[in-house]
Amino acid sequence: MKFSDPTRPDAQIGLARARPQARALAQGRGTFTSDITLPRMVHAAFLRSPYAHATITAIDLAPARTMPGVVAVLDGAAMADLCTPWVGVLTHLKGLKSAPQYPLAVGRVRWQGEPVAMVLATTRAQAEDAAEHIMVSYDPLPPVVDAAAALAPGAPLIHPELGDNLAFERHIDTGNTDAAFAAADHIIEADFTFARHTGVPLEPRAVLADWNEGAQRLTIHQGTQVPHMMQTIYARHLGLDESQIRVISPDVGGSFGIKIHVYPDEMAVVAASRLLRRPVRFVADRLESFVSDIHARDHTVHARLAIMNDGTITGFDIDDLTGIGPYSAYPRTSAVEANQVINLIGGPYRFAHYRARARVAFQTKAMMSQYRAVGHPIATSVTEGLIDRAASHLGIDPVTIRRRNLIPDDAYPCTSPSGMRFEALSHHACLDRLLTLMDYDALRAEQASLRQRGIMRGIGIASFIEITNPGAAFYGVGGARISAQDGATLRLDAAGRLIVQASVTEQGQGTTTILAQIAAEAMGVAFDHVRVMLGDTDVTPYGGGTWASRAAGIGGEATWQAARALCAQILTLAASILQETSGNLDISGGAVIDRASRAERITLAELARIAYFRPDTLPKGIQAELIATRHYVPREYPFAFTNGIQAAWLELDTETGFITLLKHWVVEDCGTVINPMLVDEQIRGGVVQGIGAALFEQCDYDAEGQMLNASMADYLVPMAGEMPDITIAHITTPTAESTIGAKGAGEAGTAAASAAIANAVNDALSPLAISLATIPLTPARILAALQTGTGRAGGRP
Amino acid sequence: MTSITLTVNGEPITATIPARLHLADFLRDHLGLTGTHLGCEHGVCGACTVRLDGAIVRGCLVLAVQADGCTVETIEGVSDSGEVADLQHAFAARNALQCGYCTPGMVLTAQDFLLHAPADADRAAIREHLSGNYCRCTGYEAIIDAVETTLNARRTP
Repeated sequence: MKFSDPTRPDAQIGLARARPQARALAQGRGTFTSDITLPRMVHAAFLRSPYAHATITAIDLAPARTMPGVVAVLDGAAMADLCTPWVGVLTHLKGLKSAPQYPLAVGRVRWQGEPVAMVLATTRAQAEDAAEHIMVSYDPLPPVVDAAAALAPGAPLIHPELGDNLAFERHIDTGNTDAAFAAADHIIEADFTFARHTGVPLEPRAVLADWNEGAQRLTIHQGTQVPHMMQTIYARHLGLDESQIRVISPDVGGSFGIKIHVYPDEMAVVAASRLLRRPVRFVADRLESFVSDIHARDHTVHARLAIMNDGTITGFDIDDLTGIGPYSAYPRTSAVEANQVINLIGGPYRFAHYRARARVAFQTKAMMSQYRAVGHPIATSVTEGLIDRAASHLGIDPVTIRRRNLIPDDAYPCTSPSGMRFEALSHHACLDRLLTLMDYDALRAEQASLRQRGIMRGIGIASFIEITNPGAAFYGVGGARISAQDGATLRLDAAGRLIVQASVTEQGQGTTTILAQIAAEAMGVAFDHVRVMLGDTDVTPYGGGTWASRAAGIGGEATWQAARALCAQILTLAASILQETSGNLDISGGAVIDRASRAERITLAELARIAYFRPDTLPKGIQAELIATRHYVPREYPFAFTNGIQAAWLELDTETGFITLLKHWVVEDCGTVINPMLVDEQIRGGVVQGIGAALFEQCDYDAEGQMLNASMADYLVPMAGEMPDITIAHITTPTAESTIGAKGAGEAGTAAASAAIANAVNDALSPLAISLATIPLTPARILAALQTGTGRAGGRP
Repeated sequence: MTSITLTVNGEPITATIPARLHLADFLRDHLGLTGTHLGCEHGVCGACTVRLDGAIVRGCLVLAVQADGCTVETIEGVSDSGEVADLQHAFAARNALQCGYCTPGMVLTAQDFLLHAPADADRAAIREHLSGNYCRCTGYEAIIDAVETTLNARRTP
């Protein structure tokens, strides 16, 4: 199938279709979980631990129970009777350990913000009032804040029964790294630090659970990316059968990986609904979101690069340490990011010798786990930071060193030293396109001339790879009940319109729209005649949902296959009605047509009318089947890697340390582009989240384990006024695994934006021989470096 | 409890409410106008933006009792009146929203810009005016494009 041919009939794939849902959302007429109310609904509020680490010596719920509007007050002991604990481990992450986690803390608290008790009341305000009257006595324990300190001998144990605070450790050793570094002309070395930050979806986490005692069924409205995964979790931990649970995810106000995890407060809400036999709603407020949503990153990486005089990279030697809070998140675990960091480092480049260690430490801070572009920004920043330092050390241009080392575009398929298999990537084509797009030489000339006038501008480049379209390799092989395949059901209704029900989900990316485009093209019907339903375990096929940039590549292909199956069924029926051979017929423009002449034979509406209302007129033995379901999961490769390159252009004010972003470019190869507008907006949004990490976002913790900036006023996110315009171009290398050839695009922007920004800042600082390796690059951090001259760049011969 | 009388989207409303109830909660929980969203409830994110006597305010920073005797317009009101139809069309056409949670506040703030934009207003001015409204999905460029498109269209006689 040549989707690049715009003259093909019924073309939809490749069109920049606007999203039909946008109209309702722009009128404020979406339906978010936080908008839904049900009869007899009560509101939940949580009392959270003020300590990072403490023993709970006593809880007195009685004063809260007498407060106005209160229906119930529960603590950890009461909740433990309603919901079994969980442990966030997977068998393929060998050695990963964690401890049982309960909905409400039992006996001990391990982070500031951990839910300790729950109030259910007629209004949220009343629930919060009552929560203030719960009396908890704590006996403080020593906080364990720093990940390195957590692993030091004699560190206080967060879970004494685990023996130490090391959750996971993994080593990679490919080739002969010691020999490569001994033989290297130069060794480039740096210590990179990546702050903790968090996703800040604008709609906080929200869940509305409704246990119907009569029907013995639990209906859960939840802002989640993964309805079927949550169905399984609720069944398992509440002692119900999966068939008793329906999870509906209506409009979801942003997620970015934050709404893919099991949260103790949400489990408590669902359990409480069953206890009270009435609907319970919990919408996190922003202050509690900051200390209870999943945090991300929090890595320190000691990195070394072996390089020859001609700029050829021979090896990487990496030591990554990350802190994940007191528990590994369930059910995806908190070891995946570090695992991914060492899988991805060096990924765009050809080299043979690789040694890496990843260590994952428990600490008494909020939990850390998957957030958009898991591991990618760390791996890309380390790789691209080392490459730029090497170029600077050798006195060659950053483009030259990349061109020398990027895997050649004709070298595929190939396998990286960490074992990642690449089907087909396009690093050099992307680099070439980028240089043209940004007019690299002219920009360098402008930079040089501005430097003469004391204006410090920097150009930063970052190549990247992105993991998309995962099969079972991420979770299924480790024992998680997270579907790797996704399904789509297509139905022709009596009016000749198409209904698509699919198991991938939408949080604003445009899943609904691209599935409609795919179905419309595969079926030969108008885009407007397709309606897509997602996010309801009672309605859609079973599947994994949306994460790891998989909805288009996996859910889209399932939709295509289902549409082709339905086409075949329709043509069989049409052949019978028209007394024609089905091979002579096709579908186009919403009608069955003669394949040779393209002349209309019967409209789908007429065919559906006959099938549904006048089957008596069909020949004997003909049963119309106007619905088809197909599932899809890639089997050839565990992941469909995409690739691309980004460039940042910025100005640094040495007086204030402020950075002005002037322009950003992305060239990306996600294979077949289903909707270029939606892909580009995914990339833009992703880039800006990466810029947030590079310049603004960090969860500041003090030595006591208190988060100091847990409010929207103190935690900075990118705003409109400071973001650049972003120019995007595409190279198209479809995956041969699927008919459509689409790979994912949701995380490409975030994967490399922070690396490009950091490289640009260091490029701007290069006349001062200062090089920074800590993000976010706040004005304070930049000024400190300017004043002390710390962070001066340097390799050693 | 306090009794208030106000006009919401042209409709006279009388209600008896707790004094501590903020305007956004009043609109959402008492009137069912759920288009006004809550993103932070401390006046930073702009998702709860509504118009109070013609000026945009943070619905979470105004107490409902302060709106006694006032005229309140929400996203539902300006949508139904057609006042922002061109802007909403531009948002949809340009994919200037993804999850859509910030969008009602963003549309009201953008309309406020368009109503008061000086003749020389440019992209930078749009970016500046919208900087009190957070969007975590789009990266803002598409929003700026949509507002700029509307600005140019409204300027064309």
